[in-house]
Amino acid sequence: MPERIQLVVNGEPRTLEVEPRTLLVHALRDGLGLTGAHVGCDTSQCGACTVLVEGRAVKSCTLLALQAEGAEVTTIEGLAPADELHPVQQAFVEHHGLQCGFCTPGMILTALDLLSRDPDPDEAAIRHALRGNLCRCTGYQPIVESVRAAAEALS
Amino acid sequence: MIPAPFRYHRATSVEDALEALREPDSKALAGGMSLLPLMKLRIGRPELVVDLGRLELAGIERADGAYAIGALTTWDALSRVEELRGEGLEAIADCARGIGDLQVRNRGTIGGGLAHADPAADMPAVAVALGLELVARSAEGERTIAASDFFLGPFTTALAAGELVTAVRVPAPPPGSGSAYAKVEHPASGFALAGAAALVTPAGARVALTGIAGGPVPVADPEAGFGGIEVYGDRFAGEEYRRHLARVVVRRALERARARAEGRGS
Repeated sequence: MPERIQLVVNGEPRTLEVEPRTLLVHALRDGLGLTGAHVGCDTSQCGACTVLVEGRAVKSCTLLALQAEGAEVTTIEGLAPADELHPVQQAFVEHHGLQCGFCTPGMILTALDLLSRDPDPDEAAIRHALRGNLCRCTGYQPIVESVRAAAEALS
Repeated sequence: MIPAPFRYHRATSVEDALEALREPDSKALAGGMSLLPLMKLRIGRPELVVDLGRLELAGIERADGAYAIGALTTWDALSRVEELRGEGLEAIADCARGIGDLQVRNRGTIGGGLAHADPAADMPAVAVALGLELVARSAEGERTIAASDFFLGPFTTALAAGELVTAVRVPAPPPGSGSAYAKVEHPASGFALAGAAALVTPAGARVALTGIAGGPVPVADPEAGFGGIEVYGDRFAGEEYRRHLARVVVRRALERARARAEGRGS
């Protein structure tokens, strides 16, 4: 039995039809065409599906779309206008924070949650915050450096 | 992976949730960090999911020399809350900070986590060592269950059908107390291979272990070892190794709790 729900996605009110069992990641990808949230492990471990709900990083594969009804959702597509990069995205480009890019949206959105509460995190704080985001190509060192650089760029 | 079909009800009050949960094959959904993975694997297939997420059950209040933590208080909030930093309650933030990862701590709740009763979960050990009490509501009224009576076995608690955890009471330890939580965790899952919570008061120490048996285990005399405690082994840590880890984490938790009680540790 589909239900109509409203979400505010990347600043725009959106209405979509979901089943009770529809996960937020599928509502975003299949319902709204926002494919920046990736389905990686699908078991709430890898963090590739991370989006912000009310500014907090969540794994959208482990949240019902109905749980987010009425909430503000931010995906990687919402961080900057087309053809522009958010300072955190720019820092990832400059510091080789990505290789294949699969984990990158989740890394960046988790980093944004961290930076919103701790604008000047040290390396240990960055590693602790990114623990739920797995990268299988660059290794974590340049990702941590990217987040550190982003903190400085945003300060 | 998508859960099997179910009906969804967003609870508007605790009474409304209790009414909905009278349906035999219903499940309460708090943060969903334990329930939704089980439903995606179709290990859990409730007919009705009652979403508690909009109930105003988050936050910490102080009353009668104790704190009451709302059942929907997230691990993230617990890891940051200032009220619980001193007075022998440090183990709560220690423990909350190490649960899962940031995304999980943003959603997962103390009420949901304790009611789920995973045998390798962290907070049950803290609950037993610090003598926390769970406040359970049902259509019949409210009762308080001591943590030491709450955990009956893996994923099994003293909660009756139709009962909902609404708060966790935290008795304030006497002045001059300190507490800590230490664990050695599985590097992928983050769950405790062995975890220990310790509370040191002027009257003595209270210690409880998690991750080594079907639920949290109080340790009557940490100096005497754990000879009488049955420890399980699995492919991640055999029985002997786990017993060794238990000794290590108990020592670490006790040392840190003592230092805090004496005003030395952070």
